[in-house]
Amino acid sequence: MPTVEQAVVLGLTPAEYELICEQIGRTPNEVELAVFSLMWSEHCAYKHSKKLLRSLPTSGPRLALGPGENAGAVDVGDGWVVAFKVESHNHPSAVEPFQGAATGVGGILRDIFAIGARPIAVLDSLRFGEPSSARSQYLLDHAVAGIGHYGNSIGVPTIGGEVYFEEPYEQNCLVNAMALGLARSEGLIRSAAGGLGNLLMLFGASTGRDGIGGASVLASAELGAEDAAKRPTVQVGDPFAEKKVMECSLELLSRGLLVALQDLGAAGLTSSSAEMASKGSVGLDIDVGLVPLREAGMEPWEIMISESQERMLCVVEPSALDEVLAVCDKWEVGGTAIGVVTDTRALRVFVGEEMVADMPVPALVDDCPLYDLVVEPPAARLYPAPSPVLASGASDTRATLLALLASPNIASRLPLFQQYDCLVQSRTVRRPEQADAAVLALPVAPGGIAVSIDGSGRRVACDPYTGTVETVLECAANLACAGAEPLGLTNCLNFGNPEKPHIAWQLTEAIRGLGDACRALDMPVVGGNVSLYNESGGGPIFPTPVVGIVGELPDVARAGRSGFLRAGDAIALAGPFVPALPGSELAKLRGEELPSGLPEIDVDALRAAQEAIRDFVRSGSLSSAHDIAEGGLLVAVAESCLAGEVGATLDLGAVLDAGAGELDRVLFGESPGAGFVVSGTGDALRRLGVRVDLEVLGTVGGDALEIVAGDVRVEVSLDELRTSHSALAPLFA
Amino acid sequence: MRFGVIRFPGSCDEVDAVLACERVPGASAVLLWHRDADLAGVDAVVVPGGFSYGDYLRVGAIARFSPVMESVIRFARDGGLVLGICNGFQVLCEARLLPGALLPNLERRFICRQVGVEVARASFPFTGDCAPGEVLSVPVKHTTGRYYAPADDLEALESRGQVLLRYAHDGNPNGSSNDIAGVSNAAGNVFGLMPHPEHAVDPLTGSVDGLKIFTSMAHAHG
Repeated sequence: MPTVEQAVVLGLTPAEYELICEQIGRTPNEVELAVFSLMWSEHCAYKHSKKLLRSLPTSGPRLALGPGENAGAVDVGDGWVVAFKVESHNHPSAVEPFQGAATGVGGILRDIFAIGARPIAVLDSLRFGEPSSARSQYLLDHAVAGIGHYGNSIGVPTIGGEVYFEEPYEQNCLVNAMALGLARSEGLIRSAAGGLGNLLMLFGASTGRDGIGGASVLASAELGAEDAAKRPTVQVGDPFAEKKVMECSLELLSRGLLVALQDLGAAGLTSSSAEMASKGSVGLDIDVGLVPLREAGMEPWEIMISESQERMLCVVEPSALDEVLAVCDKWEVGGTAIGVVTDTRALRVFVGEEMVADMPVPALVDDCPLYDLVVEPPAARLYPAPSPVLASGASDTRATLLALLASPNIASRLPLFQQYDCLVQSRTVRRPEQADAAVLALPVAPGGIAVSIDGSGRRVACDPYTGTVETVLECAANLACAGAEPLGLTNCLNFGNPEKPHIAWQLTEAIRGLGDACRALDMPVVGGNVSLYNESGGGPIFPTPVVGIVGELPDVARAGRSGFLRAGDAIALAGPFVPALPGSELAKLRGEELPSGLPEIDVDALRAAQEAIRDFVRSGSLSSAHDIAEGGLLVAVAESCLAGEVGATLDLGAVLDAGAGELDRVLFGESPGAGFVVSGTGDALRRLGVRVDLEVLGTVGGDALEIVAGDVRVEVSLDELRTSHSALAPLFA
Repeated sequence: MRFGVIRFPGSCDEVDAVLACERVPGASAVLLWHRDADLAGVDAVVVPGGFSYGDYLRVGAIARFSPVMESVIRFARDGGLVLGICNGFQVLCEARLLPGALLPNLERRFICRQVGVEVARASFPFTGDCAPGEVLSVPVKHTTGRYYAPADDLEALESRGQVLLRYAHDGNPNGSSNDIAGVSNAAGNVFGLMPHPEHAVDPLTGSVDGLKIFTSMAHAHG
């Protein structure tokens, strides 16, 4: 029998081990301990975050499927629902970036088709150390290649995403993948096992030793120096196998052959079977001797916790088995009945006749202790000031603009996006960098959806509450520029070790901000994922809540664009934009310390401005709309020039006067989610000005960006802007 | 006009190809399953983009041996119209229905972007609806799209007018010989191209220029 020491090696505390003994009335054997250690890991049990997550709003009129299933979903009309979810694959990617990122995409896609939705899009959110470091270059290159390898091969477009480079991610990179799926509302399926005597069937790839212990060893502990030795715990992806499993799953569902469906993700057969039994309030008997193996001599506990990819678990009625197997054969997917639904409410594992584990399902799923966090704001600065790239103080506007455009956090992401198929499935109305959000057409014309994924670790590090509110508003602003109204939000909370009080404080404040922002926008949280212990010898990552919002458009033909469209159009700054430099990209380039706290946000005013922008984009009144994000006003104007391949002439005298003459603050200060650069006819902008603060700045035209701001006169050609904005290209040369 | 679009288990753009065919006035399209040798009496075959059988071996190398491809090879030898797009182009080269081969892109990365493709020869059955020299806006998306043929074969292709499409404006995205984007066989009834005309059939998603390939096929069929 294993000992308490072995339980600790598997990631349990001595107290948790005692509790397990109490729950099952004896000492757990080797198989049971392996199963419990995973079910009670942070990754599966959310034991440090579950109590906080209960504060998030999770209902709304358009919600079709809320948290608790493999993915959430919102109603988009005409009987269609859009399912979506974001999930992290951070630690595997830090250890083996290509496979880590690839299987991150594979895993989130399985979550989508596990509820009966056809995957229609992937987005990703990436964080690395500064691109000057060789390690960051390696991680970036391989993670991007891994995402492309999986998404491109399986025929699901990668339509957007974001990437930021900051020193605190140097050792612990972040790879979050989001997927969207489309389903008929009546076609959604749940994961609850049911029907005594029904068969539990495993289909897809065979089971090997890859990924054993990934959820506990990799995902629920800090990264350390010995992590290279953990490479075998990273799974290996096979997109062709997943393509077949996906088509097979969708055909099984469309023929009405399944009682329940669940993907195998973290903790493999262990968590998928326990979750299915728990949701259906039934028991399951599994014979691991029937599981098709890819290597000989695997122990029962290894079979139970293997994280081999591209596998699904389903419940079928015995009478349907032959037809199910015929569909599996059509797609050349292996399918094997490995168990049966019982009324014991126990997960029992057999090898043939011999029972090797017997565990109450409620103990596995519901009885893991949930911890209250010890919360304390940090006593000292957690993050060192960044290394300066620009001299501080008064500077040359032209040089500052070009330095910002070339900053790795602002430069064009096309060198990444061009490695992803953004077109397959023929729905993509706005490709990456054509608009602030990606836009997809829905099956019933002319409707569509827009989606954006956002996170701003540095600003959340300045102020976890306000920074998280900003993150949500910034993401919603992207949708407004496309003309979309938010329907629901998914999130991935990437934080350090929550057992440290200052990290617990970041997490608590961020979740409070997330809840408040979602309530202010009347937008439910449809699901999400928590990734903790993102720390290494170098300290914690920036606290990084990543949010993905899906919204709807009535007419995709009027989807917004970020680029200026027509010479002669007027350009305006719209919205309650109150720029500030502390915490901005320019402050980072100047090597300034992060401020403690960010300016308070008038959320209602921002919401009203976003609604006005959305209405004007939807009615076709604006030629372009682009939200002012990193780098501030002048960077946003330059981006609209570049996206539209046309110049602009601006006179910033009026905004400069309003800004008390502080040139850098007005031109480069940030106020996330609050300001927009719009273009259109003078008449359209006047009408917009009735609903929202608006200042006309100039005119679209020419082949340069010309600015007059008081005594300052700057002219930068489009070619110069483009050269600076292409700064990431050499990383992929 | 009835198009048949092959569906391998790893095909990705087969539904897109069906949608494109269906935009041709008077045309319809059906999917043809890879294990089925029956071409269902279609008037033309489209071998679509994707990763046929995973393509972990050389791209298209396994697909040419599938039951449906055995039938497509016979169909082509009898003069039937066969269009291969991206992975379909690779499969047709492996099946020796088209000359040359597709090699990994010079930059050895997947590349997805809109390119200009110049119509080097405007003639039925595949480019008859285009004007000579016209530049079509069509996307490419591939890792293995560098067209290669030995020098003698290239010269023969060029002199016989088998090169129908070339990458325009120094925009060769993959290092293809002679900027070749699409070639036909000597008989002119089999055509393969790396750009995706089926992803350029709707103004909403970017361009309608690719539709001309499909309408040309329909007009040629009569």
